[in-house]
Amino acid sequence: MREITASTITEQVAEMCQEANIYLGDDVINALKKALVDEESPAGKEVLKQLIENVEIARNEKIPICQDTGFAVFFVEWGQEVHLTGGSLEDAINEGVRRGYREGYLRKSIVGDPLERINTGDNTPAVIHTSLVPGDRVKITFAPKGGGSENMSTVKMLKPSDGVEGVVDFVVNHVRESGSNPCPPIVVGVGIGGTFDKVALLAKKALVRPLGRPHPKPFYASLEQRILKEVNKLGIGPQGFGGRVTALAVHIETFPAHIASLPAAVNINCHVARHVERVI
Amino acid sequence: MKVKHLHTPLSDEDVLGLKAGDNVLISGVIYTARDAAHKKMVELIERGEPLPIDLKGQVIYYVGPAPAKPGQAIGSAGPTTSGRMDAYTPLMLEQGMKACIGKGLRSAAVKEALEKNKGVYLAAVGGAGALLSKRIISSEVVAYPELGAEAIHRLEVKDFPATVINDAYGNDLYEEGIKAYAR
Ligand code: SF4
Repeated sequence: MREITASTITEQVAEMCQEANIYLGDDVINALKKALVDEESPAGKEVLKQLIENVEIARNEKIPICQDTGFAVFFVEWGQEVHLTGGSLEDAINEGVRRGYREGYLRKSIVGDPLERINTGDNTPAVIHTSLVPGDRVKITFAPKGGGSENMSTVKMLKPSDGVEGVVDFVVNHVRESGSNPCPPIVVGVGIGGTFDKVALLAKKALVRPLGRPHPKPFYASLEQRILKEVNKLGIGPQGFGGRVTALAVHIETFPAHIASLPAAVNINCHVARHVERVI
Repeated sequence: MKVKHLHTPLSDEDVLGLKAGDNVLISGVIYTARDAAHKKMVELIERGEPLPIDLKGQVIYYVGPAPAKPGQAIGSAGPTTSGRMDAYTPLMLEQGMKACIGKGLRSAAVKEALEKNKGVYLAAVGGAGALLSKRIISSEVVAYPELGAEAIHRLEVKDFPATVINDAYGNDLYEEGIKAYAR
């Protein structure tokens, strides 16, 4: 059995926290550059230029792309032939977040109790989704999530008879209502199927897929394109100043559903669509 | 694209010269405040007590900056969602605030209060925190240090870029923009 120490996890996590918040992924940068070509509105173009320049400043000066360095969200795929030594996974990840956010001068945005609202001071705890998988590797995906776009997210238990059209309307209407709040251009994560809890997680997972990679099933790949087209007809545009590019991408994740249900969820991400991945 | 230069504090004439869609570059002193600081200030106003800052002619920036690295004036400092301040904004305008900077939609009550009190709502580019931090020359906490990133900071800005969303005449760039590009 392969052994990994808790301190290895902590070190990797601390690095990932800084990497994700300072260096925007090429997938997103390319999408922003493409948006600049596609956008027709002068105000929208001006915003996109500022966003591309912003990404460069962040990289050169090693400062966060956005001041909201997010809730620390992790997806961990733990190979079942790996034994963790020297501590618990949760503690190891939280220690990594603590260190990464302190050393990287990242903003601490978490309050310890949702109603009492006192800042924990170190951006912990993280939200950790763990799954056991075959093999002797551990894959960690880190996706810090800003509050502005997270607040523009929703779940709806549609009726099976609502079908594809019902899903499309639900997503497009939600993006319309969100308007300029989630810092467009956005990435739209859509979950379809499963249960109330599962569908929200699917929508979140959809956001860590690299931009430009379509759903593996042709049916859903074309549904992603169709919703993207509809969303970009809304006219919201970059920052809501009016324009063609409201969303950079739409990603769908699905799961089987109960005979009585058609759950759907939308989790919106802003253009600072941060996600990094490491395999240990 | 035409850009207007604004120097703080702002006068009624400054505000009345702005139209939704105008791009502005702001120089001078502005103050930061988010939900928690607004709540505290509005409580003081309601009790008739003095505020920690004089709001006359002032510009309030809705921002919770990232911590500054050594040698930096401020960390990344882009706008936060303005809607959370909607409940407090009319009262702030009555106290003399002339402009607020944030991102995202405002309520009907805020838009009315902007018209009534000759104020403007500006948006800075959400998510451009690194770029915007370069236009901030100095930052100093002037009230509520216990709120951390949410404390009221006095910022000195030079050519800070923003766009007029709601002017004092009832125009709304978010609505006009969508109208022009929806299809
Ligand atoms: S929604 Fe995204 S880009 Fe906008 S402030 Fe939040 S984290 Fe930053």
